[in-house]
Amino acid sequence: MSSEGTQPLGRARPQETPAVAAPLFRRGMGNLATVAAHLVLMTWTVFVAFPFLWMVVTSFKTDQEIFFSPWRLPSALRWENFARAWTDASIGRYFLNSLIVVTGAMVLTLLCASMTAYALARFDFPGNRILYYCFLAGLMFPVFLALVPLFFVVRDLHLVGTFQGLIIVYTAYSLPFSIFFLHGFFRSLPGEVAEAAIVDGASPYRVFFDVMLPMAQPGLVAVGIFNFLGQWNQFILPLILMPNPDRYVLSQGLAFLAIQRGYESDWSALFAGLTITMLPTLIVYVFFQRRVQQGLTVGALKG
Amino acid sequence: MHHHKYRLIIPFVLPSALIYGVFVLWPYAQALYFSLTRWRGFSRNRPFVGLDNFERMLDDRLFWNALEHNALMLVVLPSATVALSLLFSALIAQGGRGLRGAEIYRIVSFFPQVMSAVVIGVLWSFVFHPNIGVLNGFLRVIGLGSLQRTWLGDPQWVLWAIALVAVWSSVGFFMILFIAGMQSIPTDLYDAATVDGASRWRAFFGITLPLLRDHLQVAFVFMGLSALDLFALVQVMAENGGPSRAADVIARYMYDLAFNKSQFGYATAIGVVLLILSLVLSVLVVQLTQRERIEF
Repeated sequence: MSSEGTQPLGRARPQETPAVAAPLFRRGMGNLATVAAHLVLMTWTVFVAFPFLWMVVTSFKTDQEIFFSPWRLPSALRWENFARAWTDASIGRYFLNSLIVVTGAMVLTLLCASMTAYALARFDFPGNRILYYCFLAGLMFPVFLALVPLFFVVRDLHLVGTFQGLIIVYTAYSLPFSIFFLHGFFRSLPGEVAEAAIVDGASPYRVFFDVMLPMAQPGLVAVGIFNFLGQWNQFILPLILMPNPDRYVLSQGLAFLAIQRGYESDWSALFAGLTITMLPTLIVYVFFQRRVQQGLTVGALKG
Repeated sequence: MHHHKYRLIIPFVLPSALIYGVFVLWPYAQALYFSLTRWRGFSRNRPFVGLDNFERMLDDRLFWNALEHNALMLVVLPSATVALSLLFSALIAQGGRGLRGAEIYRIVSFFPQVMSAVVIGVLWSFVFHPNIGVLNGFLRVIGLGSLQRTWLGDPQWVLWAIALVAVWSSVGFFMILFIAGMQSIPTDLYDAATVDGASRWRAFFGITLPLLRDHLQVAFVFMGLSALDLFALVQVMAENGGPSRAADVIARYMYDLAFNKSQFGYATAIGVVLLILSLVLSVLVVQLTQRERIEF
């Protein structure tokens, strides 16, 4: 939509964007105004951060401390809360299930989307545009519309309650954005290297896997981060397609634990479980912070 | 060369097309038909009933109850989120030589955006918990113990609690979006405004806001769509739509009808309404903001 949204992410906004927003005004604000601005922004930042900090601190407490001294730091770091969350509360199993499903879906999504986007972006053939717009149409519809028929399609294929079923459905719903994004990316790549490779007698597959794919790496990373967050956080699809508690994925299992009132007896483990659940996304965010922000916001402008 | 081309295109396109066709396009296409059938339970018997399901919606109190909550959120969420994120991004981007430490505000505010709605819902249901919750604890500490509530168990508060969480988790995202938008505005415009003696406020309303049209459009469409959804937050924070269904929303009601009550035809019809609402919303936002188009 906007001018920067039409360029591929990896080139439009290289990582060296300034850390602090470039000033729009050359003259600085008055001291009082600067202090006021900091005060407002700091208040919001504390408001955002506080629940997370409270959660981490609480996950080290005993149930006694959680109930009777909510404002004190834990008397000792009770790592055993995490152990109980991991084993007794099955967070470990859910974690592993999520890992299996998301790894599978990510590989399948990136492979399918990059191949298809490449073919659509680089080759002319009858039906090319129609196919492209068909894939794009998937971005427009709310997933809720598809839920009931989707459940029966998956059931008829005997894939309800299986990892393969979730992997393939996650992939299907990740394809529209991924193809859309990578299509733009492959279009923007220069063709000379590929042509040189063809002249040298490389097969079209070699050209794709050895020449084009490495060149598209920044785009693949961006789509990869985007899909990791979307798939790791997915809730409604596993809720309808994964009825088997042994194979719950993390968000589903967590919702199950939190809603299941019987578990209230072990609050400390629940807090620890919540902390564990947040860790992978936190790590991805800390390491790829700038890329995540770019990927998600540029994705918004494009979609 | 020619047959070479198709030896690549077919294996490259076919797997995606197959997966996408079977699990996305085919369900969507079927949904339109299912919404015109009376289909209960798991029988394969789906009698065609025309628009009966849509007529039933007209008299369905629970449907209207949920729709009202979505409508309220449709007003509250976009306006609150856009107002706050505009304020924060303007403070950062228009703050003269650049605010020192602005980076930390951006990083922290954006963080909830990468967490799943389930994690955020569970976290906040702890915050709002009547006994162990930090909110009631805070009220007790500052001597306002009389204001303590069972927030999520109180029909008066539960929807507002969810709205607060939705705004809390989205502001950082639009902050980043708006800062990027503001930085793409040519600085000359501000120089000119300063020469003309315009204040920062005038510059904000006269230059920044009109030139942020695309970004505002995206923000209103996105927040509007999430106000029409809210499934995960409601599912986690307000089981069964909350006390007296005071926080029920269409998406949860539809899920409940389909997967707990096996009323597949009627549920799909509600899904169709959800589709129509989201399309109307997107078109409306684009139309409304289009009028103020500014060329430069």
